Amino acid sequence: MFAIGPIGFTAPLLLWALVVLPLLWLLLRAVPPAPIRRRFPGVALLLGLEDEDSQTDRTPWWLLLLRMLAVAAIIIGFAGPVLNPEERREGTGPLLIALDGGWADARDWPGRMARIEGLLADAAATDRPVAVVSLTALPAPGELPMLAAAAWGPRLAGLEPTAWPPESGAAVAWAESVEGSFETYWLSDGLDHEGREEVLAALEEKGPVTVFESPRRPLGLRPARFEDGQVRLTVLRPDETAAQTATVLAYGRDPSGTERVLARAEAAFEPQATEAEVALVLPAELRNRITRFELQAARGAGAVTLTDDGLRRREVALIAGREDREGLELLSPLHYLERALQPTADLVEGTLPDILLANPDAIVFADVADLPQAEKDDLLAWVEEGGMLLRFAGPQLAASDVSRRDEDPLMPVRLREGGRSVGGAMSWGEPKALRPFPEASPFYGLALPDDVTVTAQVMAQPDPELAERVIASLADGTPLVTRKRVEQGSVVLFHVTANAEWSSLPLSGLFVQMLERLAISTRPASPEASELEGTVWTPERVLDGFGGVQDAGTLPGVDGADLGAALAGEAPIGPELRPGLYAGEDRLIALNVLGSEAVLEPVNWPARVPVEGLAVSRETALKGFVLTAALVALALDILASLWLGGRLIAPRAKGVARGSSTAGAVLIAAFLAAAPDGAKAQEEDLDLLALEATTEVVLAHVVTGDARLDEVAQAGLRGLSDTLFRRTSIEPAEPIAVNLETDELAFFPFLYWPVNPNQPIPSDEAYAKLNRYLRTGGMILFDTRDADIGGFGAGTPEGRKLQELARPLDIPPLEPIPMDHVLTRTFYLLQDFPGRWASRDVWVEAAPPDAEVVEGMPFRNLNDGVTPVVIGGNDWAAAWAVENNGAAMFPVGRGYAGEQQREIAYRFGVNLIMHVLTGNYKSDQVHVPALLDRLGQ
Amino acid sequence: MSDAGPVALHAGVGRGLRSKAEGLAAALPPLLADAEHLAQTVLLGAHGRRRSGMGDEFWQYRPLAVGDEARSIDWRRSAKSDQHFVREKEWQAAQSVMLWCDEAMSMRFSGAPGKRPTKAERARLLSLAIAVLLVRGGERVGLARLDQPPRSGPLQLIRIADALGGAMEAEEQNLPGPDYGAPRGDTLPLHSRAVFLSDFMGEIDAAENALARAADRGVRGALLMVLDPQEEEFPFDGRTIFESMGGSLAHETRKAGDLRARYLDRLAARKDRLEQLARTTGWQFSTHHTDTPAQGALLWLYGALEHGR
Repeated sequence: MFAIGPIGFTAPLLLWALVVLPLLWLLLRAVPPAPIRRRFPGVALLLGLEDEDSQTDRTPWWLLLLRMLAVAAIIIGFAGPVLNPEERREGTGPLLIALDGGWADARDWPGRMARIEGLLADAAATDRPVAVVSLTALPAPGELPMLAAAAWGPRLAGLEPTAWPPESGAAVAWAESVEGSFETYWLSDGLDHEGREEVLAALEEKGPVTVFESPRRPLGLRPARFEDGQVRLTVLRPDETAAQTATVLAYGRDPSGTERVLARAEAAFEPQATEAEVALVLPAELRNRITRFELQAARGAGAVTLTDDGLRRREVALIAGREDREGLELLSPLHYLERALQPTADLVEGTLPDILLANPDAIVFADVADLPQAEKDDLLAWVEEGGMLLRFAGPQLAASDVSRRDEDPLMPVRLREGGRSVGGAMSWGEPKALRPFPEASPFYGLALPDDVTVTAQVMAQPDPELAERVIASLADGTPLVTRKRVEQGSVVLFHVTANAEWSSLPLSGLFVQMLERLAISTRPASPEASELEGTVWTPERVLDGFGGVQDAGTLPGVDGADLGAALAGEAPIGPELRPGLYAGEDRLIALNVLGSEAVLEPVNWPARVPVEGLAVSRETALKGFVLTAALVALALDILASLWLGGRLIAPRAKGVARGSSTAGAVLIAAFLAAAPDGAKAQEEDLDLLALEATTEVVLAHVVTGDARLDEVAQAGLRGLSDTLFRRTSIEPAEPIAVNLETDELAFFPFLYWPVNPNQPIPSDEAYAKLNRYLRTGGMILFDTRDADIGGFGAGTPEGRKLQELARPLDIPPLEPIPMDHVLTRTFYLLQDFPGRWASRDVWVEAAPPDAEVVEGMPFRNLNDGVTPVVIGGNDWAAAWAVENNGAAMFPVGRGYAGEQQREIAYRFGVNLIMHVLTGNYKSDQVHVPALLDRLGQ
Repeated sequence: MSDAGPVALHAGVGRGLRSKAEGLAAALPPLLADAEHLAQTVLLGAHGRRRSGMGDEFWQYRPLAVGDEARSIDWRRSAKSDQHFVREKEWQAAQSVMLWCDEAMSMRFSGAPGKRPTKAERARLLSLAIAVLLVRGGERVGLARLDQPPRSGPLQLIRIADALGGAMEAEEQNLPGPDYGAPRGDTLPLHSRAVFLSDFMGEIDAAENALARAADRGVRGALLMVLDPQEEEFPFDGRTIFESMGGSLAHETRKAGDLRARYLDRLAARKDRLEQLARTTGWQFSTHHTDTPAQGALLWLYGALEHGR
């Protein structure tokens, strides 16, 4: 393929057409743009005028250039330009494509796959049989799966990097066992794995070997160490090149259980250094949550290191029975514990309830005898969930009654009264030494120093279970340490004090080791191989080649010896011993790809082996782009030609243009000016209503749409307002008509709603508003104005309408006003509630069903809330209504009796408004005798 | 349509006549209405010669002088004093005004067809409007196209409108005609008034001749040059072939923009020449653009005729 730099051409012959360009230049230059014909009466004045510039009939040079570019782009476009044209790899005979397939391949795995695909495509073009072999997943010795190149396409998707590097012995054995001759392409991961030379030599015997290798080499991460309160990590790189930084991320679960980055740190490689160390200072809480460290942007199992118990520091809470001995530190019951635990555990101090909230791993009681029952229950629950309670005896415990008769749940054994002391001034015998630990004891194997003696102890009651609970005893067989399992947790009792008062145990190194064995303090990071011997460890989580953490599933357990050897770096990891997290009896061990001593060695290929890069440059056909550019250039040419010919903008008189644009500006200005004005006006209306309704108490009625009805309602409320003003301390302002759809209701304590059969049903929004109004303490007086002739129900059109209106409302159960309702006595004492009509049926919220009449009390105890609705048909507004001059608007009844009825109607109104505004105040009066009675005493 | 039958029967003659009549009827009222509407905007001042003479309006009383006929004495006024008074009327001789509205093809130009009227439309509107005004003032009005002496009265208005409608029809049907028009000075009545509405884009000599002839015949009047804004601004660019409306003249340029200044110079020179001609012959000259309201031009025309009286 003909190529210029990175661009090749599929039809290079077409490029010869570029030769025509200069010709075209001359041609185009000579042809001026076509003239435009215009009818113009003023031509009479133009006759005889000559053009000033004879040059303008030539196309301007820039337009020519544009056209040349367009034509050149067309020619080049059709010549089929291709960016990064692929070069075919020639060759004959069978081909082996070998790849390392370990974790170090993971970082550029897609690139490797692309390279293999490219090689396969080349092989397919030359009909070579191909075998693709991963050195970490070898076929059986002697086998070489030679297939047609095309058959490998779907199989490549099944290839995955493994978390372990290629196993040297197996690879060499396989390479040597393969028969036949073939060419080899080896995709190397850039690391010097053991046995590489042998494999190379074996393959070279079969045919030429070409190595493909990425210049970027993988990074590795050694397991985290905990030193001096810091988490230290070492980042490895195989080659000593320039300075480089790598970001280490610490992953773990946050309190909500989601995995996230808990900390990050930058490791900087010095030039010429292959290791870079980074230290993380983390709070214990955070550190304990970390499950793994990863190198950012470096995929691969080697860039991930899992953490195990080695990094976890246990939280231990210390609680002493007596804290009051100031100044005598060496006698403090906690002194030796603190000294023993401080380097390896995080100590928590505080009161027991606080400590339990922090959920420590272990709680140590130094001579604590008894606890309040509640704390005891909490503590027991904590122990049952896996807590470790470590108790030390002492004078208090010895003197107390704890676990004497019955075994205390928080004590491993029953204790004898008093305890014993040996070897003292007032006692017989020698101080007792310790007996070697039995095999079942967690302390088994610890060496006994000679100088550990016990002079006093509390004694365990002989019990059937005693024998199995003893995990350490004195030389004479009396229990020294006893342990009891409580569900998932355990309770351990040292029968001596935590200080040196009763024994010299806390002074010895054995004390620390015993605490360690009890998993109170943290063990050294990596267990000894000897420790692991004979144990079986089950994998909990394993790493895949990309560094992802997978659930181990049904992987079989591994032998502790193998694990120990792998941890010590003596045995390689492999498919049987995958890197991951292994769970033993009481601890977790992380087996990482790279051990604490691991280094990354770069591979050095012999000079005879050709080494090529991995990069695959993707072919990009540029034809479309170039032709698009040509089109764009031609479009520009059209515009430019039009412009040159004066046809781009139609000639127009300036005055007109100015006129229309000013008209547009005026129009826009008008819109801008008009829009906010309307909105503002609306807001002002609302504000006005709010002001009017809230500066004074205002009665309000609902607009029904019937002008006469609304007028009467308004007049009625005015009459009631006047009456209130004259007779009570309520001084209402002029009543307001409220439109349910548009007005805010929250300002009004009381709404009068005359029911009009022709009234439209309010909208959903209005009902939402009404319900909110009722819920927040508003009251509506529904008036059907039909004298209730149909009874409370559907007898009249108004009644039916009321039902219809009230259906969507939040109305509680109703009842006719009972005799003792607070409405009967809020201001006047009333028994009737007439309006223009005198019907007795007025309905209010029903009293609670449990309200009972108490002997000797005139009223039931009903003091809760204001009834949200009052429903009746007495046409109160008509009775209250007054003209502007103060005269009554409608006659009520006949003569004096009628006037009396009107007076009672007013009194009902006064009572109603009082009820609305003062709530159940009058109802509370029920309690006055009782209150007075109590005050008297 | 019950009356479609007879019309269809005489299709050959009837249709042409009828469609023409309908077209005329359709065109006339709007033109006349427009003109009336335009004329309404001009407030008529006192119409008189400002001196005594024959007329209906009272002008002044003057003492009886020697030579006055006895029957000319106004006895009512004279009875109030010892002197004899003669009642004089204001001289109200009607004037003849000839209108010439250029109908050449150059007048059919509009820089923005549909948005702006053609020059001819504007000229016709102005002609009819001034005719309405003059008739209302009692003058005799004639149209050069009519070949009739000026007359007064509403009937004459109808005739003028009719004639202008004919011109409008010719424009609408795009009938060929001369590219540029020229007024004629020799057909004007002696001592009458004349109004020439044209773009004066044609040969200047024709206009010059006409004015000279008119001046010879004691005719004075007004020249109104009706121009499209494009003719005033020459907003063209690029390689262009300019053609006259009839196509008789053509001019090609490679860069129209370069010609602008020189074109404008020539236009200004032409205006100057017309102005000068008008001054020497006692005429009035003004320019009107079709993108400006017609009222201004009408006022000017009216004033120019008033001025000359």
